[in-house]
Amino acid sequence: MEIRFRHDVDTVLDEARKQHKPVLLDFSAAPM
Amino acid sequence: MKFVNDNFASARVHVKDDAQLFQKYGEKYGAQWTPTILELDGEGVERHRIEGFLPNEDFLSQLMLGRAQIAFAEQKWDDAERRFEEVVNSFPTSDAAPEALYWAGVSRYKATGDARFLKETAEAFKTRYQGTSWAKKASIWN
Repeated sequence: MEIRFRHDVDTVLDEARKQHKPVLLDFSAAPM
Repeated sequence: MKFVNDNFASARVHVKDDAQLFQKYGEKYGAQWTPTILELDGEGVERHRIEGFLPNEDFLSQLMLGRAQIAFAEQKWDDAERRFEEVVNSFPTSDAAPEALYWAGVSRYKATGDARFLKETAEAFKTRYQGTSWAKKASIWN
């Protein structure tokens, strides 16, 4: 199963804060 | 990866394709190498960091360790203990295991206030993970 990464980081962090949900933030240089 | 999808909202910042975001968040969180994976609590506070590639099992054990640390930071002692123990039981030979064993004991102590659980943790380190920094840290509880 692939990790469902999003790229709209601002929104992810904002939503997570409202839901008090942990965030996995991946800084990557791998080809997309 | 089911564990991640079940436990986190996940975001990826590509150093080149998301250059503006990388500048913003790379600076905010001090990410200077890739891959860098951060586990943030619900307030956006960093609780665990993985820098550099890891094979799958080591990576998963580190992710689970970080998730347990988030529970610990939120003072959810029972949940934290369960998660730390899951790291030890699922990946007993991983680098994450001795750290998880240590914090499982601390979580139990935090939940109960009973120092006996610290002593039991120190005892456990006499038969496992000897020579690790976590065994040394626990040795004070003997």
